[in-house]
Amino acid sequence: MTSDDSLSLTRGAAGLVATDVCAWFGGRLVLENVSLGMPRSTVTALIGPSGCGKSTFLRILNRMHELVPGAQLAGSVELDGTDIYAGRLRATDTRRHIGMVFQKPNPFPAMSIYDNVLAGLKFSRIPVADRDALVEMSLSKAGLWNEAKNRLRELGGALSGGQQQRLCIARALAVGPRVLLMDEPCSALDPTSTARIEQTIAEIADDVTVVIVTHNMQQAQRVSDTCAFFLAAENEPGRIIEAGPTDVIFSNPNDARTMDYVHGRFG
Amino acid sequence: MPRRIGTPLRPRDFGLADVGILVASLFSSFLLVWVVFYQLTLLSGGFGFLVCWYGSFLTLYWTVTSQIIDRRVATDRVFSTLVITGASLVVGIVAFIVGWVTWKGATHVRANFFTKDMSHFSPADPHVLNKIGVAHAIVGTVEQVGIAAAIAIPVAVVTAVFLNEVGGRGTRLVRTVVTAMSGLPSIVAGVFIYSILVETSLSHYAGFLASLALFILILPSVTRTTEEVLRIVPGGLREASLALGASEFRTVWSVVLPTARSGMITASLLGIAIAVGETAPLFFTAFGNNNMNPNPLHGAQQALPLVLLDFVRTPQGALVNLAYATAFILLSLVLILFVLARVLGRPRTKKAVWRARLRSLTQRSKTSEIDLPKNVLMMSATSIQKESP
Repeated sequence: MTSDDSLSLTRGAAGLVATDVCAWFGGRLVLENVSLGMPRSTVTALIGPSGCGKSTFLRILNRMHELVPGAQLAGSVELDGTDIYAGRLRATDTRRHIGMVFQKPNPFPAMSIYDNVLAGLKFSRIPVADRDALVEMSLSKAGLWNEAKNRLRELGGALSGGQQQRLCIARALAVGPRVLLMDEPCSALDPTSTARIEQTIAEIADDVTVVIVTHNMQQAQRVSDTCAFFLAAENEPGRIIEAGPTDVIFSNPNDARTMDYVHGRFG
Repeated sequence: MPRRIGTPLRPRDFGLADVGILVASLFSSFLLVWVVFYQLTLLSGGFGFLVCWYGSFLTLYWTVTSQIIDRRVATDRVFSTLVITGASLVVGIVAFIVGWVTWKGATHVRANFFTKDMSHFSPADPHVLNKIGVAHAIVGTVEQVGIAAAIAIPVAVVTAVFLNEVGGRGTRLVRTVVTAMSGLPSIVAGVFIYSILVETSLSHYAGFLASLALFILILPSVTRTTEEVLRIVPGGLREASLALGASEFRTVWSVVLPTARSGMITASLLGIAIAVGETAPLFFTAFGNNNMNPNPLHGAQQALPLVLLDFVRTPQGALVNLAYATAFILLSLVLILFVLARVLGRPRTKKAVWRARLRSLTQRSKTSEIDLPKNVLMMSATSIQKESP
């Protein structure tokens, strides 16, 4: 029984603060005491080599981590001061506030483009006053409206890979999230589509706080305001080595390992 | 200077020389086996000859190809031949059965077979075939199988969802039980229902009991097939749905099941097709009846496989013809089901388009209720224009 107004697109961005987050798979510690602030209306990039826990951290931020059998976690994640693990918020509500876009574009194949955009609202039984307007707004924000406006009734799978990914962004935006998590959203896309999505990120950043995992250093530099460098030594859990403004991380980091990584000397 | 384009090559083509090798191998192996089989060793029998011919053809084909072309090509072609033979054998057998039953049965089908039952059967009557029919069996089979499917499909889908989406403790046990159940001999299912319901006088013979036995029989097949279909739904779709704030129930209901829809329809119809053809479990449950009994809950009922068995075993020529006609009807029923599966299982883009048109019409007419008649016409005209660019 969620009221309509609390979930409109104009709710605005919110900050996320993670404190002493640890994560386990089975009995194995994969993330140790990660603390990171992701301020409202900014773009935060999580960088680091594969297997250092970036994606795990990202999935902890909207309670997707707990879906993996045997996964455990510790620490707290606060969305504008409300701990999403404290029990007041249900996981499903949390995920509506904190949306997610995945590495592989995954539009629902049995639904049209139109229904894909509205899927999140339908799933949560949230009434929509003007569906057409919401679809247009979400697709416009994701930069897909001009390409898709005449094919709204086609199946989502009929779009190209880059368009599918933008459809997924539109779908995530339609429920009016306050934070959008992106897990390597461009790694399956060509440079043109990548540029299009980066442009989208820049455009939506005022309305939603963006946290993006990327392996592409140039991308991190282009899209993010702040940057966090994750690293896991051999047989050790992942930790944040350094976090700060993107230009500092890329030009004048405190830690030598950060310097080496962002300049491609390892990883 | 005109641009020069090279002659297009098709390196994988099966050219004239290749056809020559194939035909020559077939022909020489035929002659060779004919000489050895019938002339030298005085063996007999068509089947043995065919098997020997096929074996020596493969050997010869491989030898000749490896001599003329290459050993690897030879191995490749012999393997292709084996694969093609296997596939044609399957198609051939099915085509033969369907063709044979159609040939023997279709010519005997008359309109009264679909409208009359066996109550006016008298062996001495020369016009007996005009007075009898299998309407009672058609009604019985449709009801028995329909009820069985109506119980089995929901149970199977729920079980498959449990196995694939919910999981946890008990998954292995349930899967093992379902697998073991699929090995249950069909007669045992019939005897089981008989012994717990008829022998204990809880119920008399009835079509519904046949449905229960058929339910036991098709449940494992539908469950396992549905589970396989659910398993190939990409995990990314479930994650996407959950990440939008959907509950696990909504994810299964709105994403997983619709995505697997066409496969699930196929699974269900395969189950129904199994049930339509089952004979053994009906003996002790529906029992058989020469008269029409449309009530599946009370009294013995006829079914197509039962009546077919009855007819085939009689010494009456007329009834044997009716048996072939019944077999044809039974086969047609299964064929209709398979066509239905294909039609229902198609992606529903076209349907979605029509639904959307209807919706847009009704929505627009709702928003402008004051000057409805003129506006609806105008709106429908514009929406049709819009939908067809």
